[in-house]
Amino acid sequence: MRRAMETVIKVENLTKRFGNFTAVDNISFEVKRGEIFGFLGANGAGKTTAMRMLCGLSIPTEGKGTVAGYDIFKQPELIKKSIGYMSQKFSMYEDLKVWENLELFGGIYGMNDKVIKQKTDELMIKLNFEDERDKLVKSLPLGFKQKLAFSVSIFHQPQVVFLDEPTGGVDPITRRRFWEMIYDATAQGITVFVTTHYMDEAEYCDRVSIMVDGRIEALDSPDNLKKQFNAKNMDEVFQQLARKAKRVDS
Amino acid sequence: MNTSENLPDIAIHCESVSKNYGKIQALSNINFDVNRAEIFGIIGPDGAGKTTLFRILTTLILAESGTAAIDGFDVLKDYKEIRKRVGYMPGRFSLYQDLTVEENLEFFATVFNTTIEENYELVKDIYVQIEPFKKRRAGKLSGGMKQKLALSCALIHKPSVLFLDEPTTGVDPVSRKEFWGMLQKLREQGITILVSTPYMDEASLCDRIALIQNGQFLKIDTPENIVSQFDDVLWAAKSDNMHKLLEDLRKDEQVKSSFAFGDSIHVTVDNGQLTVDSLKKYLIEKGHKNIKIEAIEPTIEDCFMELSTTQI
Repeated sequence: MRRAMETVIKVENLTKRFGNFTAVDNISFEVKRGEIFGFLGANGAGKTTAMRMLCGLSIPTEGKGTVAGYDIFKQPELIKKSIGYMSQKFSMYEDLKVWENLELFGGIYGMNDKVIKQKTDELMIKLNFEDERDKLVKSLPLGFKQKLAFSVSIFHQPQVVFLDEPTGGVDPITRRRFWEMIYDATAQGITVFVTTHYMDEAEYCDRVSIMVDGRIEALDSPDNLKKQFNAKNMDEVFQQLARKAKRVDS
Repeated sequence: MNTSENLPDIAIHCESVSKNYGKIQALSNINFDVNRAEIFGIIGPDGAGKTTLFRILTTLILAESGTAAIDGFDVLKDYKEIRKRVGYMPGRFSLYQDLTVEENLEFFATVFNTTIEENYELVKDIYVQIEPFKKRRAGKLSGGMKQKLALSCALIHKPSVLFLDEPTTGVDPVSRKEFWGMLQKLREQGITILVSTPYMDEASLCDRIALIQNGQFLKIDTPENIVSQFDDVLWAAKSDNMHKLLEDLRKDEQVKSSFAFGDSIHVTVDNGQLTVDSLKKYLIEKGHKNIKIEAIEPTIEDCFMELSTTQI
């Protein structure tokens, strides 16, 4: 287990309603520094809404919470500066070169030119990307893009990075290499908050929460969840919980 | 489609099909046949060529070389006939976002000169699940509901061959299981299904599969046969420190590959090279505790990784 047990995300009774629909219903949890926290749930369970609140993109209806030490009601702009975000769509500029994307995102996050240049050099060596440095992002194979997108999302050394289905569609080896990058990031003290539909990946998380109908129905380490639900793998745990959903997937 | 007509036993025939986009070779020499009322899976990652293959077989684009036929009709000469008899559900669910659920289904029925009532039996099981929302616009549906509507629309003219391009991508495990249940029922009604997926665990739900990567088929067979052809020795390894275990396994030269696989690490070894005991001994020397190594049956994902050429 990791040494530091500092809390990076803390939410209590967080709720979000749209009209009379309760998308996120009174959820509470904490995530520690350097932890890999898996955030699972069926489509429509409320994951995206919850994640948007944690990223400072949506103000909760009720409850309280802090991310990276900042209040999610009062300091969403400071939260945005302290986090990284990567989705399956990667959101890099396809018509910019690899180094240009890094310069752009580094600049947006307020890094100075010297640091950007130095960190770009380091990253190109680490990823074995030196030949790709001057290539347009759109010309890169999918696995490269994915690695680069993740590197961009943690380029400014955020306290926590949110990964929204980061491995969808990639081949099995690339998917595993990607998780090895996630472990590297946590070794640098970055906290990882990740959603996925691959249940084998739930096993790679330190702790996992499973949302059903807007509520967190289970939260523990994969081993403990398997014991609790008498299941041989996380897929069985997920199936048992998600089948209880009453909310129509709407 | 007229159900009383005699259909050939081979529903899809694909011979030496190649396609390139400029310098990019999207498909190289693809050969396979799909039998009547078979569920045939095309399994592989994004960018492998799955969608290109689907577009060629549904007559939407032309191959550079090779021939293909659906129900015995040639994709080049008889494209009009093919378009009448296939159902196609593209990756992004081509629904009309501004039409309601009901209007979408009616539109697709009308385009194929039929009515919802005429073929309702075929889509009933799927459509009843979204019927409570029939007045809702398609653009306002969740992913799971869009998927069900898109399948209903692809089926409403009673096609003989159904092409489903990544119907379960981004869909949660429970909905994925339900969707595959629907496909089994359609097959029982005699519909041939070609389905692509990036999820390796769905392979076992197909009668036969092709593993595809970089525009080439790595293997075509039943899932059982592909598993039985796995060449290496495969072990699942665990210890108290899984991250270090992966590092140490990769340092051992007799270990061919090692990758995280759920709660264990799958290790491949050349036949007759290394024994479980000698690997255990090595790991104990490296300081690992509670080491467990056991021989296991490979999954399709193990097979894909063994056959795969990607090593980045």
